[in-house]
Amino acid sequence: MAAKTKFSEYRGWGFGYLALLAGLGLLVLAALGAAWFMEHNGHYVTGMTNQIVWGMPHVFAVFLIVAASGALNVASIGSVFGKTVYKPLSRLSGLLAVALMVGGLAVLVLDLGRPDRLIVAMTTYNFKSIFAWNIYLYTGFFAIVGVYLWVQMERRMNRYATAAGWFAFLWRLILTTGTGSIFGFLVAREAYDAALMAPLFIAMSFSFGLAAFLLVLMFACAGTGRPLGDRILKRMGTLLAVFVAAVLYFTAVQHLTNLYAAEHVGVERFILLEGGVYTTVFWLGQVLLGGLVPLAILLLPGIAGSRTGIALASVLVILGGIAQVYVIIVGGQAYPLVLFPGMEESSSFMDGAPATYAPSLYEIGLGLGGVAFALLMVAVAVKVLAFLPETVADSAVDPHHTDSSAAEPIAAAA
Amino acid sequence: MSGFDFDRRRFLSAATAAAGVVLAPGVTLYGIGAAARELDEPASADIRWGLLIDVNQCTEDCDACVTACNEENGVTGHGRPATDAQWIRKVRVRDPKTGAEKHLPVMCQHCAEPPCVDVCPTGASFKRADGIVLVDKHICIGCRYCMLACPYKARSFIHENLSDQKPYAPRGKGTVESCTMCVHRVDAGGTPACVEACGEDGNGAMLFGDLNDPGSEISRRIATYATHQIRGDLGVDPGVRYQNL
Amino acid sequence: MRALVLLLAVLAIPAAAAAQDGRGFGPVIPKGKGEQCVAETDYMRRFHMTELTHQRDETMQRGVRTKRFSLNECVTCHATTDSAGRPVSINAPGQFCASCHEYAAVTIDCFQCHAAKPGDGGRAGLPSPFPMTAAANPETVQ
Ligand code: HEC
Ligand code: HEC
Ligand code: HEC
Repeated sequence: MAAKTKFSEYRGWGFGYLALLAGLGLLVLAALGAAWFMEHNGHYVTGMTNQIVWGMPHVFAVFLIVAASGALNVASIGSVFGKTVYKPLSRLSGLLAVALMVGGLAVLVLDLGRPDRLIVAMTTYNFKSIFAWNIYLYTGFFAIVGVYLWVQMERRMNRYATAAGWFAFLWRLILTTGTGSIFGFLVAREAYDAALMAPLFIAMSFSFGLAAFLLVLMFACAGTGRPLGDRILKRMGTLLAVFVAAVLYFTAVQHLTNLYAAEHVGVERFILLEGGVYTTVFWLGQVLLGGLVPLAILLLPGIAGSRTGIALASVLVILGGIAQVYVIIVGGQAYPLVLFPGMEESSSFMDGAPATYAPSLYEIGLGLGGVAFALLMVAVAVKVLAFLPETVADSAVDPHHTDSSAAEPIAAAA
Repeated sequence: MSGFDFDRRRFLSAATAAAGVVLAPGVTLYGIGAAARELDEPASADIRWGLLIDVNQCTEDCDACVTACNEENGVTGHGRPATDAQWIRKVRVRDPKTGAEKHLPVMCQHCAEPPCVDVCPTGASFKRADGIVLVDKHICIGCRYCMLACPYKARSFIHENLSDQKPYAPRGKGTVESCTMCVHRVDAGGTPACVEACGEDGNGAMLFGDLNDPGSEISRRIATYATHQIRGDLGVDPGVRYQNL
Repeated sequence: MRALVLLLAVLAIPAAAAAQDGRGFGPVIPKGKGEQCVAETDYMRRFHMTELTHQRDETMQRGVRTKRFSLNECVTCHATTDSAGRPVSINAPGQFCASCHEYAAVTIDCFQCHAAKPGDGGRAGLPSPFPMTAAANPETVQ
């Protein structure tokens, strides 16, 4: 039977841990160097142009922000939907959510044209801008997840955990809606003008966030020598399959509805058929590697539930996720704006021509640095505070666990 | 500090007189701004500045407006077409069915409902009382969301350090910019540089004026002839209109 | 234009001389043209940033074009010329804006965008919206 879960800090100072910190730290330093170089010289040293104004840093930033709200799901399932199995994982889930969010925002800020004016961004608001609302949504996210973690960790406050969990869950839904709407509100861009952006982003966040959480959990348990049960992993693997399927579903709906509206046929042709690199990234990266393959790994009898399988599927979901965000952000901009519907346009400012974009090393470095920073925060935090449960063995976390009931049907929690 | 009061009236009358003399020959051709405001008077919401461009007058080989704009505002390229700023550009529009071609200048369309203003997180993108859409580069953080939102691709991001800017057109790395309708000239009772150059060196295809004043040349022309707003279907109500498109 | 350069050169001599005097302690600040600044010197020393920011918002957002605290005007009066008579950037080391700021460890970004040398306000032959001759300024300040 499930006893009260014990949490503890990671106490080791092994070579592996130090090497991990050093490796992540180096990536962060490289990113800072890249950011400084871009700011110092101006953005012409990047692949970004007046046509592709948001490039690789935004792909990483949006991916991290979307994954952040999704990483919180494990905690939500535990407190909001009362699945006690997930409760031991909720602290790590909250921590990862905050860390990914910080990483994403750092990338976003370091790619601004004037990062030195961050203070302006935080003191001058245009309340009509969905972007400005997002600043509030992000700040609120930190506050709420912070409180949520605190009520979980402070024994006296435990009884508020469910309420805080609910609040955090609702907030993260609004937050992802906000992130999706950043694109959904761009009426002039053929690729983005869709109310479906918000639900699509929510599905994406569930999927990317859980994949990131699974990898971090497996890595943390292996690294700190804490047991991690097969059944609980398998449960989460199945859940991941559901989310991956949801993303595929919404992607299909998005493109099918667009094909139906005559004005959007052009951009659909571009992404689905003629967009060159974007078409490849869409079909190969997003749909096949990021969708169908992980789905197969997670569901096919025989491989389903194996540790390697789940880890591999999670990696693929993350790579496919980056591909998906790339197609949305960069592909959406590459398709030329239509000034005169039905006409051919050309000019010295590249009207009417698909834009090309070749990400520079600096941009990729900055993006990876954001990921590294998020992971570094997690690595340090599990050392100073009791985020990790001492055991996630099936017998310890699952109240219904008996060795003979392994065939019991697995309820996907959402 | 009353001892330091400026004699603005005296300055003003000198400026308008000068403007009158120089602009007089072109008045009927490209219009003239309303009488100059006093220097301490803010832009008025009674006015909506706009442009009317007669596409039939605009020829393929003429780029007087582009040259004049670049000269006036110090917009110089760095030989990198993908990142160099362009405030105004000549667009070739071809009908694939008939092969008919038109050539027209496209710049910031100074929308009444500008999407760039709606999305700007800091309020740096704003519409002045008299309808001119500007970037307050002092609070622009260079996020470029406005560039994504603009239906006209009218905005440029400054990708490098600049030097030797014009005193009345400050520009600098890391901020977004676009056509200002030569706000510094308009405030002094003048017309935008492109309009003036089109009248003097070009084909007189551009007309500048107050869309809110029913008696202005531009309003009368719009009331008489069919005119077109680019992507008028988006409901942003551009202040730049095209005739014979 | 030639007259303007000449005038600037002439005006630069006392400015350079004043700079050479030094003032004992504190930064060496090149002296401005004319008799006085656009407000009492002491007030300018302490509040020029407030006035500039205020002017900035008034001009930028509301289209108010008064000249008194216009940044362009500061440049016209306070920029100096080198020995060859060429204008020097007002924010170059030792020049007017930089002299104090270096001393006070303040950095300003204004001249990344704003012209740091006096110049003509428009294309030749057009009515300059704000005539920017050095001669016009001392007169208006009286
Ligand atoms: C008409 C020419 C003129 C203009 C325009 C002008 N100044 Fe001055 N300024 C002067 C003169 C002359 C002095 C020196 C006065 C003195 O020595 O008492 C001065 C002094 C100053 C000082 C004090 C320097 C010191 O020695 O401590 C500051 C600060 C200053 N000006 C700032 C500005 C700023 C900022 C602007 C633009 C808003 C400006 N000035 C515009 C002529 C001008
Ligand atoms: C990113 C570019 C940029 C930077 C940096 C910048 N400005 Fe400006 N500034 C502008 C633009 C553009 C205008 C509008 C010019 C116009 O309409 O005439 C302007 C106008 C002004 C004006 C009104 C016009 C005038 O000459 O009086 C003032 C005052 C001003 N700025 C002050 C400042 C000060 C002080 C700083 C530094 C703290 C600064 N600006 C930094 C771009 C910039
Ligand atoms: C008499 C010395 C002096 C001179 C000359 C001077 N400044 Fe300053 N300035 C200062 C000091 C001191 C500060 C810092 C004030 C503070 O922090 O309270 C300052 C601050 C500023 C700031 C605000 C900076 C910030 O980040 O808060 C601006 C803008 C500024 N100065 C513009 C100018 C310009 C433009 C000139 C040249 C036309 C100029 N100053 C010339 C002394 C001077």
